[in-house]
Amino acid sequence: MARKLPHKDVVIIGLGWTGSILAHELTDEGLDVIAIERGPWRDEATDYPPNYAQDELRYRIRHELFLRPDQNTFTFRNKMNQTALPIRTWGAFMPPNGVGGGGVHWNAETWRFLPSDFVLKTHLTQRYGANFLPEDMTIQDWGITWEDIEPHYDQFEYLTGTCGTAGNLQGKIREGGNPFEGPRSRPYPNPAQKQGFGHTLWAKAAKELGYKPFPQPSGNMSQAYVNPLGVRMGPCTYCGFCEWFGCGNYSKASPQTTILPVLVRKSNFSAYDNCEVTKINLDGSGKRATGVTFVDSQGNESEQTADLVILAGFSIFNVQMLLHSKIGTPYDPVANTGVIGRNFTHQCMSSVDAFFDNKKFNFNPFIASGAIGMCIDDFNGDNIDHGPLGFVGGGYLGQVQTNGRPIETTPVPKGTPRWGAKWKQAVRDNYLSNIKGGSIHGSMYSYRDVYLDLDPTYKDRFGRPMVRMTIDFHDNELKAAAFMANKYAEIVKAMGAHTIEPKPRKGPYDVTTYQTTHLNGGAIMGTDPKTSALNRYLQSWDVPNLFVMGATAFPQNAGYNPTGTVGALAYWSAKAIREQYLKHPGPLVNA
Amino acid sequence: MHLHRRELLATAAWFVAGTAAARAGLISGHLPWQPNAGYPPIAARPGPWLFFSSDEAATVEAIVDRIIPPDPQTAGGKEAGCAVYIDRQLAGPYGKDEGLFRGGPFQPGTKSQGPQSPVTPAELYRKGIAALDKHCRDKFGGKRFADLSETDKDAVLHDLDASQVKFEQADGKVFFDQILKDTQQGFFADPIYGGNKDMVAWKMIGFPGARYNYLDWIERHNERFPLPPVGIVGSINWTPKKS
Amino acid sequence: MPRPGPLLAIACASALPLALLVNGAPAATPNQQNFAQIEHGRYLATLADCVACHTKKDGGPPFAGGRPIETPFGMIFSANITPDPGTGIGNWTEQQFDDAVRRGIRPDGRRLYPAMPYPFYTKMSRDDVRAIRAYLATIPAVHNRVVTNQLPFPFNIRMAMQVWDMLFFTAGEFKPDPKKSAEWNRGAFLVQGPGHCGACHTPKNFLGADENSKALQGSPVQGWFAPNITSDKTRGLGSMSVEDIAALLKTGHDRITTVTGPMAEEVEDASSHFKGDDLKAIATYLKSVPGGNDEPNRTPVAANDPRMQAGKAIFRDTCSACHGLDAKGVSNLFPALADAPSVRSPDPTSAIRVVLRGARSVATAQEPTAPAMPSFGWQLNDDQIAAVLTYVRNSWGAAAKPVSSDDVKNQRSALAQRTD
Repeated sequence: MARKLPHKDVVIIGLGWTGSILAHELTDEGLDVIAIERGPWRDEATDYPPNYAQDELRYRIRHELFLRPDQNTFTFRNKMNQTALPIRTWGAFMPPNGVGGGGVHWNAETWRFLPSDFVLKTHLTQRYGANFLPEDMTIQDWGITWEDIEPHYDQFEYLTGTCGTAGNLQGKIREGGNPFEGPRSRPYPNPAQKQGFGHTLWAKAAKELGYKPFPQPSGNMSQAYVNPLGVRMGPCTYCGFCEWFGCGNYSKASPQTTILPVLVRKSNFSAYDNCEVTKINLDGSGKRATGVTFVDSQGNESEQTADLVILAGFSIFNVQMLLHSKIGTPYDPVANTGVIGRNFTHQCMSSVDAFFDNKKFNFNPFIASGAIGMCIDDFNGDNIDHGPLGFVGGGYLGQVQTNGRPIETTPVPKGTPRWGAKWKQAVRDNYLSNIKGGSIHGSMYSYRDVYLDLDPTYKDRFGRPMVRMTIDFHDNELKAAAFMANKYAEIVKAMGAHTIEPKPRKGPYDVTTYQTTHLNGGAIMGTDPKTSALNRYLQSWDVPNLFVMGATAFPQNAGYNPTGTVGALAYWSAKAIREQYLKHPGPLVNA
Repeated sequence: MHLHRRELLATAAWFVAGTAAARAGLISGHLPWQPNAGYPPIAARPGPWLFFSSDEAATVEAIVDRIIPPDPQTAGGKEAGCAVYIDRQLAGPYGKDEGLFRGGPFQPGTKSQGPQSPVTPAELYRKGIAALDKHCRDKFGGKRFADLSETDKDAVLHDLDASQVKFEQADGKVFFDQILKDTQQGFFADPIYGGNKDMVAWKMIGFPGARYNYLDWIERHNERFPLPPVGIVGSINWTPKKS
Repeated sequence: MPRPGPLLAIACASALPLALLVNGAPAATPNQQNFAQIEHGRYLATLADCVACHTKKDGGPPFAGGRPIETPFGMIFSANITPDPGTGIGNWTEQQFDDAVRRGIRPDGRRLYPAMPYPFYTKMSRDDVRAIRAYLATIPAVHNRVVTNQLPFPFNIRMAMQVWDMLFFTAGEFKPDPKKSAEWNRGAFLVQGPGHCGACHTPKNFLGADENSKALQGSPVQGWFAPNITSDKTRGLGSMSVEDIAALLKTGHDRITTVTGPMAEEVEDASSHFKGDDLKAIATYLKSVPGGNDEPNRTPVAANDPRMQAGKAIFRDTCSACHGLDAKGVSNLFPALADAPSVRSPDPTSAIRVVLRGARSVATAQEPTAPAMPSFGWQLNDDQIAAVLTYVRNSWGAAAKPVSSDDVKNQRSALAQRTD
């Protein structure tokens, strides 16, 4: 029998970026808020201090900060006619767990999407005609515009101290920034990070080829910073143990370094850790959430009732929660009906490795941060004319090498034996003078046969069906990948590499090689309840006192890292809740 | 170097969520904190083999010394401690696939669906080593792998890598891929785990190790970083020299 | 300090009530309808930080007692000072309350141990104490019987306190110095009186009494070393400005250093709530207290000493991650070890403790970040900790006693016994 807890105004499922932002906003509104986090509390000094955080084996190879697959995982197949099998060990992506969520161990690459990304369907149709898009591509407009979300990008950037060089300030293009970005109301709160030799040389080559390089917007602080909440961060020391790792010296933006110290002091906030929400409970009508049921680490069940439920887990877990709680109609790819599970996307990542003369080039790859790097946006979104190219979408290209960690980053040229004396020699000769994984951050648009649903065979530890991912690359993305990999190779050639190995993404999509953890969609936002799960304020069409945060809302993925947009959407939604919903609880949009 | 060792095992442990420092219940009012809190790495202790029998260890040492052969500049896999590393890893959670999803049914899948075998690394090594030595005894007149000449060892490993050898009890290629990965990871991991002894691998490539502050170097482009590597428990420079 | 003979002390103790009656207007009684008096009492109770000792640490009801107080002689438990008639002070007269707070005498005539800092509270006026009583009368009464005296024999004999008081206690209100400014006098009153800073920061003699000739020069307390807070330039507050000190007391952080351990509690419960003028007054006064540096010409340990060489390597390889390559830290976040006076305390207990166990700094409304130092006890051995602390204490213009491996070893075992 579940233990019944005292009623709260708001229950938040998950205490990562969006959970923390919503908790902060709603406690400021005077509401009594409780957050329930599946994983453990995490703190810099006790969980990733700078005297043992820098352990590549433990954190990068054994993934210690991430969710354990045996606590929860998914099944995967490429095509609908295959049997999905469990992802038994993480490879292609690493789901987070614990307070702070992915914000603890992300790179801190803090991008904005393009204005055209939010009205993608309309924009591409207008420019190229409906027939230009593949028939089974299911991209949609988001229901919001750049003007809606820009102030909230600003909010998230100032919360997290994003370090960058503005490219478009209120319509004026600025030297040194990204000329393709949407107009921003203010400069970044901090100057861009310093760059290493490899990043700088790449940018020089890109510039000479006529591109517009700029520093990657970084949530690793370029200087000490106090954010608007009064929380302080120190300067990033370029330790090279960033992504996959917690930051030991308070210099990477995370909920811990930007929000939680203020949040926990509020008398109207509390949180449980190591408690997993298993279900959002609905009343008899099925149209109102009454709260959640959760299980603690001993296996005891409790029920937390609340007037407002915020689902703030990592994207796929949000979709899993909706499916298990029977909220929204599950997507049927054959009949093309339903919304929960529809428009699931990842990222289409390509890379280029390059090798240089070690007598002339010393890149010190170990001196880096997670969001260091120089990038060009010339091939992102619809920044070029795709007409002659035969595909849509793109991504940023960047020399964003983040580390010289030796297990991960000791590449050898193609053809080198995998072991033995020649391997050893090649590792030795190339360690300081290579570019590994020069990044092409390709978009992935949505397709009818790429989706999430519940697996018929495999069950999670509570006996509930696992989420099943059906996902493969489509020609559109692979064409874009090949095109951009060639462009990248040209830049690296101009840098002076003697050996260049483009690695454009090739199908089939596989779950063994890492391709970012930018899993999006499955409960998307939109203007039509028939093709979206949430309205433009991230409010569930079906259950108006439920809001669903995260990249779950993206109708398709863009050629950028998602966290900036995830944070901005959280602020956008919080504003609507504070200014509209709380005054008149109920649907905010009539469709 | 003095380590606070609580256990024999060397693992980059799969800590189960929930083994947090004892604090139950609600978080509110203060950021939680306790003295000495934290989960420092559990170091590999020198000493007897924990997982391998001495025969198995001899085979593994011979394999790692061909995967990473010694040369005048840098030790090989054996001297670097790669076999010790693998031994300690297999004796711990890694050997049991702890933390991975091991629910059934197990069924073979496509390559893109990733590993689907119920065989744990510990089982794979047991069977793989036994099969390898049997194969060598059959092919080389009773000699085990460790007794072969360097040329013959390399030839056998090449065959394994190329799927040219069929074991009965184990998949030779899968076994080779596993030991290749483990050897190279142990070579480059922090010495606390048993391999990369005296940071030989890091010295070989010029990786400064577990350092954390490069603020004075980020803008020094194309210059060799001069300081010696440091492990998680430091370096010999951390101990005052006896005069 | 003058040591009154026994007769004189007793005469003093009994003389006061007469003196008050003789002197003039009847004193104001504690009055629950007197809002101004209650507010005054509440602020005084904050200045005196009554709540810290008289409340159980893990969220007991405020002022209901039962908190174990560490003394050099064993544990004492704080009394219930809520208005409960049976187990609190609800039935005490105003005279009895004043006797307790300002003279260390209980209603039954037996003495309080100076864990209750009556030697400092004696500086407050009768009206001050009345106001505190008025405030305490307004808080919820809690029924909680506390056995306060749990000291081991022979310290549990309260009669011994009569002798102690004769030797070491002089009752008497604060007397302003007409030659000093009003601000200085206010600061002096706050520090010597309700603030009772010397209770932790003044070294004690072997009987646990203040060594007044060394006032505020630092003292061991609860497994820490409460630092020198005199005007001494290298080991005290001399190099910090009034603004720095006020900021440290108000927010727990300033551009050089931060507050942790028992002082973190003090900031949180008390000084973060002090009025701005009072904080400046305290800072002004502290910066005038003579330092009494007993090693003014100390030379730093030589840079080529093996301990310094090892310490330098450790510092660069690990401490610099937060404290900076130049040990200047980050303002209000990571202490500037190059400048922080507490790092150079002759007694290195706090520095060793922080390195061994880690520490969380205090969170206040103005400075909520509360960064924490990680624990190095598992990573560095005694020689290494001794080396890096010797290095930090003898670099960047500082010169302090080296830390020995035995210092570290002893503290490891001492800390192993502690639960805080």
